[in-house]
Amino acid sequence: MNFDFSDEQQALRDQARKLFADGRLRARRMVETERPFDRDLWRDAIGLGCTGAAIAEDLGGVGLGPLELCVIAEEAGRTLAPIPFASSVLHASEAIKLGGGEAAATWLPQLAEGAVIGTVAFAEGAGSWDRMPEASVIDGCLTGAKQPVADPCADIAVVSARAPEDGAGFGWFVVDLRQQAVQCETLPALDAVRRHGRLHFASAPAIRLGAPGTGAAMAERLMDAAAIYTAFEQIGGAEAQLARCVAYAGTRRAFGAQIGSFQGVKHRLADMYVKIELARGHALYGAWALSTEARELKLAAAGARLSATEAFSFAAEEAIELHGGIGFTWEDDCHLYYRRARSLAMIFGNAARWSQRLVNALAAKAHGNPDKECVDGF
Amino acid sequence: MDFEDAPQEAAYRQKARNWLAEHAPSHAAPAGGAEPEEAMMRRARLWQKAKSKAGYTGITWPADVGGQGGAPIEKLIFEQEEAQYRVFTIPFQVGMGMCLPTIIATTPPELARNFVEPALRGDEIWCQLFSEPGAGSDLAGVRTRAVRDGSDWVVNGQKVWTSYANHADYGLLLLRTDPGMPKHKGLTMFFVDMRSAGIEVRPIRSMTGHADFNEVFLTDLRIPDSQRLGEIGAGWRVALTTLMHERLAIGRDPDAPGAEELIALARSLPSGTEGGTMLQDSAVHAAIARFYINDAGLDFLRMRAQTAISAGRAPGPEASIGKLVMAKTRQDIGAYAMDLMEGGGVLDGAGGALLAAFRYHYMFSAGLRIAGGTDEVLRNIIAERVLGLPGDARSDREKPFNTLDA
Repeated sequence: MNFDFSDEQQALRDQARKLFADGRLRARRMVETERPFDRDLWRDAIGLGCTGAAIAEDLGGVGLGPLELCVIAEEAGRTLAPIPFASSVLHASEAIKLGGGEAAATWLPQLAEGAVIGTVAFAEGAGSWDRMPEASVIDGCLTGAKQPVADPCADIAVVSARAPEDGAGFGWFVVDLRQQAVQCETLPALDAVRRHGRLHFASAPAIRLGAPGTGAAMAERLMDAAAIYTAFEQIGGAEAQLARCVAYAGTRRAFGAQIGSFQGVKHRLADMYVKIELARGHALYGAWALSTEARELKLAAAGARLSATEAFSFAAEEAIELHGGIGFTWEDDCHLYYRRARSLAMIFGNAARWSQRLVNALAAKAHGNPDKECVDGF
Repeated sequence: MDFEDAPQEAAYRQKARNWLAEHAPSHAAPAGGAEPEEAMMRRARLWQKAKSKAGYTGITWPADVGGQGGAPIEKLIFEQEEAQYRVFTIPFQVGMGMCLPTIIATTPPELARNFVEPALRGDEIWCQLFSEPGAGSDLAGVRTRAVRDGSDWVVNGQKVWTSYANHADYGLLLLRTDPGMPKHKGLTMFFVDMRSAGIEVRPIRSMTGHADFNEVFLTDLRIPDSQRLGEIGAGWRVALTTLMHERLAIGRDPDAPGAEELIALARSLPSGTEGGTMLQDSAVHAAIARFYINDAGLDFLRMRAQTAISAGRAPGPEASIGKLVMAKTRQDIGAYAMDLMEGGGVLDGAGGALLAAFRYHYMFSAGLRIAGGTDEVLRNIIAERVLGLPGDARSDREKPFNTLDA
């Protein structure tokens, strides 16, 4: 049994933690500016190999895998590091890896060396998960609009759209955003650190990613992967808030005692810890499923998604409560985590959607799909 | 990351599996129908004896007290494999899990051996006489008094919630030896022969309808000083070592229904729409997901603990979460399953065997949330020992025990 990250992965964690050590100060600076992200920190992250970590060596990457991305995601999430790591590395690069082909050969080397930043553009307003994209590709050119899109300042986007050859389904395409036919807008958003916005395409040249008509299957797979990576971001954020609350509860005094000595306070922090540790187990299981392409991936992704969303939401909400009035001020960082927690809870599907996915996966397992061996014996 | 045993572990598991396949079935619970208590106890003793002969008891205990001197991972592997069979081990769990480790920690090996070996063989059962009517979560408040009389101590008082006291041969006994000292400092630990004069055991019927535990009256009970464990006044420290062992036992009850059983129940219940079932309801999905998150989350915590044990490290703080989450989840899922039945769930016979299991665990979990540390005590332990938060404000800690308000 080796249900944990390896020593090498833990060493990578230490490096990432150092890299993002002042992430929260940098995140705070983002709140007061219009800049898309922190270029200095992004350059350092590229230098450490964050962008190419899970891209094959012959494509210019480091040749590691999903487990290493999970470790970096957790550390970036811990300090809200204001860089397009999630959009470019966890989402766009992973999507392009799934699709393979010409798009992969063209873009993965550039993504690996940090020469371009990528993002994924799937949503077309609310309810996008339940209907076909309206964006369309005709004669290799994309027309339509996508929102919300994280990090709309990106250089390239992986976009879902329908072309005639997709038949009743849809497909995925890679579009260079640095051209006249594309308009990128940053819009006011809940998350005060990570930018969100809208992309407009007016007959922009697009390279197909994956086979025609396979968009839905790829979206499913991408959703599972994104759920697991996001779970690590969420756990990092939740742990940061727990640590802050513990420190404050040991310092702040009321009624003649440290407030951390009151059960009304300490029990809530214990609950925060319990939720985080449960989520960590699910996220680890998800990381394993992702790294081994296990058939348990759907169930593992849903478990990671729901448990980590619950842990981060609870930690972010209770952190403000515990800090009292000061936690409600603009000046304090509590609301940056509060905003991030809610934003991550919505993007890539809400709790109702993931609960349904979880029940479907669990019911399939109970119906003779013999997935159980690795959990048996407990 | 993988879920494989190391080669040595795999070999041990295979050996244990082979042995269990040969021996466990004949010691398993008979199919269907209630089994008389005496038959269950006999089955437990015989199983313990069989395991002992084969070297599967006291796996991690030192050889000089009669143990196997094995690694913690071997004990864990054996328990995982043993859990595949419906053998009855509970009567020995208090002894193996708490009392005898305390004896081993406080007694020279040549003496400890005299108690360890008969227990390992299944000949002797131990119980733990800690809680009192006035001292549960606040265990250091025990009032049962031991007064020195020559080479003996004379004991008067009452213990309660004692599982298997009616079957036990020996008991671990926490007593107040100096009421003039602050509460934690006036306690001393002993062990006692449960057949001594002055011990009266009365079963208590719990809200499940079964006699799950006992109250034990101690009247002019004489205990020789040679049965003292640790120094006079060191009883609290000894009790903490006992309870630390209790916290590590975080097994999952394989018979308790979970998310998959709830799916089966929801699928069997029609919804308001023609031909539909409750399993199509999004509120039901949310509930099933919530219970799955907790139960599977605990499985993963155990896997993390096993990883640590396999690497020769002590399991981390995850061990303290187990019962807190498990007991409340059993209660919530039981209530939810009954709720799905609406008024139909009111009658005992409703819902067949599936709902009966949910109903039983709904009742039993109410006690499980208290036993071995209430939810509140466990949250305090997590907050104080894991997170390092300050202890509760207490007015009684430094004052002589006999000056405290009752």
